[in-house]
Amino acid sequence: MTLFYIFREVFRRPLGIFSACVLGLLYMTAIFAGLLAPYQTNEQDLNRTYHPPTKVFWKDGGLHVEAYKLVDPSEARYELVEELSYPIELFARGYEYRLFGLIPLERHLFQVKDDIGPIYLLGSDSTGRDVFSRLIYGSQVSLFIGLIGIIITASLGFLVGGLSGYFGGRTDFLAMRLVEFMMAMPGLYLLLALRGALAPHFPSDQMFFVIVVILALIGWAGTARILRGMTLALRQNQYVMAAESMGQPPIAILLKHILPNLVSYLLVAATLSIPGYVLGEAALSFLGLGIQEPAASWGLMLSQAQDVKVFYLNFWWLLIPGFAIFITVIAYNILGDVLRDIVDPKMQTS
Amino acid sequence: MISFILRRLMTLIPLLLGITMLAFILMSLAPGDFLTPVKAQRDVSVELIQAIESEFGLDQPWYIQYYKWLGNVLQGNLGHSWAYKLPVSELIGQRIWATFLLSFSSLIFSWMIAIPLGVLAAIYKDSIFDRISAGLAYAALSIPEFFLALILVFFAAQTGLFPLGGATSIDYEYMSFGGKLLDRAHHLILPTLALGIGSIASIMRIMRANFIDTIRGGFVITARSKGVRESVVMFKHVLRNAINPLISAFGFALSGLLSGALMVEIVLQYPGLGQLMYQSILREDQFVVLASVMLGCSMLVFGNLLADILLAWSDPRIRLERKN
Repeated sequence: MTLFYIFREVFRRPLGIFSACVLGLLYMTAIFAGLLAPYQTNEQDLNRTYHPPTKVFWKDGGLHVEAYKLVDPSEARYELVEELSYPIELFARGYEYRLFGLIPLERHLFQVKDDIGPIYLLGSDSTGRDVFSRLIYGSQVSLFIGLIGIIITASLGFLVGGLSGYFGGRTDFLAMRLVEFMMAMPGLYLLLALRGALAPHFPSDQMFFVIVVILALIGWAGTARILRGMTLALRQNQYVMAAESMGQPPIAILLKHILPNLVSYLLVAATLSIPGYVLGEAALSFLGLGIQEPAASWGLMLSQAQDVKVFYLNFWWLLIPGFAIFITVIAYNILGDVLRDIVDPKMQTS
Repeated sequence: MISFILRRLMTLIPLLLGITMLAFILMSLAPGDFLTPVKAQRDVSVELIQAIESEFGLDQPWYIQYYKWLGNVLQGNLGHSWAYKLPVSELIGQRIWATFLLSFSSLIFSWMIAIPLGVLAAIYKDSIFDRISAGLAYAALSIPEFFLALILVFFAAQTGLFPLGGATSIDYEYMSFGGKLLDRAHHLILPTLALGIGSIASIMRIMRANFIDTIRGGFVITARSKGVRESVVMFKHVLRNAINPLISAFGFALSGLLSGALMVEIVLQYPGLGQLMYQSILREDQFVVLASVMLGCSMLVFGNLLADILLAWSDPRIRLERKN
């Protein structure tokens, strides 16, 4: 079963197309964050805290955005100004950024012309930062942490599982006891303990990598256990014995003869476990132990919504990052289920 | 059976040793120790600090500390919590009931709802009801627990129907016995919902799949051809067979009983074990962390063991002893 066949099958199923499109859209947003976000993640405006979302409408041959006036600063109450609106300029000049981290640019998809007023598509937070821009920049962290994490987990799982399945004996025994040990620990407890131990040794802007490493360290055990079982079965095959008798080194056999047989399983398992990474990062950042301000991530943004002020004054837009997490997770779950149906409907992945 | 249980409980010993050792190493990697803030407090005398330092060997490297801690634990002394100024066993004893209550109520809540829903979805397979419940279950599985808890708090604040957090009201002490019970129950509703909705979805899906598998069995055709009423076929013949795999799921649910509620407890400020664990990691309240890690792991092992025993009890085809 080739990868090409699997991809073709995904696009033959309505749920497959749907989830692939949602994920594609999310990742495109993350990649083109600089172009799409009108503000930077740390651009504060203390005069416009908890600003409600502004609607965009068509007027006089151009797009305009609603204007609001602060009525009561203590309750952050704003009132719509009917007669006033700010014109929007497309592909306007704004702050400088690097597209793909390389190409320096200063054009943005949309901005208020000459910066005469704010455009808060999804409102602003407690320090007047644009939630929409932070949501877009936050997607870079929240989406890529899963991809990078799963690559580390899958390679580690394959290495341990493949080697112990292939060699058996003492290696196998030790590796599997280690795996059982890892699996016997409550995940969140371990997450917190590892974070407490590792984080102080790194500057806060490298937190992304600390979290990826922690999540991958926790996640590899389950993969290793299943891959070990599959390797154990695969190594009985004649082509493996043939390769052995021709004197190929074990690593070459693992990579050339065993790995290709595991790819479809790995693909399904990886897709279904990425949500775990997204949720793990969100939980850590939510607790204030993950990504640090002024950088943005969905979990971190949600932790702002824990304020009593937010609950009582109905600043509902601060809950939007939670829906972003929800959409990402559900899209990955659907895609994973579709992939499993294609690869092997009887597969046990949980 | 007894040798099986003993063997499984024996695995707990290396596990607990390994995990506490790992926790010790991890905590010694973090800068400072829990005495750093204590030393800054004026009301703690120097002699007391020195006495504690020598009792638990804090001035020594981690392996000697570990050895001393282990000695203390084997004598039943779990150490002191610095943040709460209480013996750890007492502190955990206070918190464990809150978590236990919460987990148990969400367990009962989710099973009471999930099993009938799963059965209905299986009986009326491919109907509108089945599709809607499948879609909802999918959504419920994808929603992060802490986000659900956050939405519930938001709802509580907007409507004023439920308290925003905690396990009891401020005037709890002055209530009558019935009032106390009601107050506790009132505070339990939101955390139970937040914790239970995800497991409703997963149990419902397992139940539905099992039920559909069982309906296909030969004994169902036999029962129907005998002329047994359809409701009796479904609830007496199919349900009893389909519920078997859920028994092991029940054991797994037990294993997460004490460590599964962490995020919900934090968001809803529910004074349970998870919140205690989180705060003590932040404050490097070493002995509390160690004790709660041990407790969490033991629950995991006991839960899995119970799952196996229950399964063997309900299904005589399963043999626990290894065949020699």
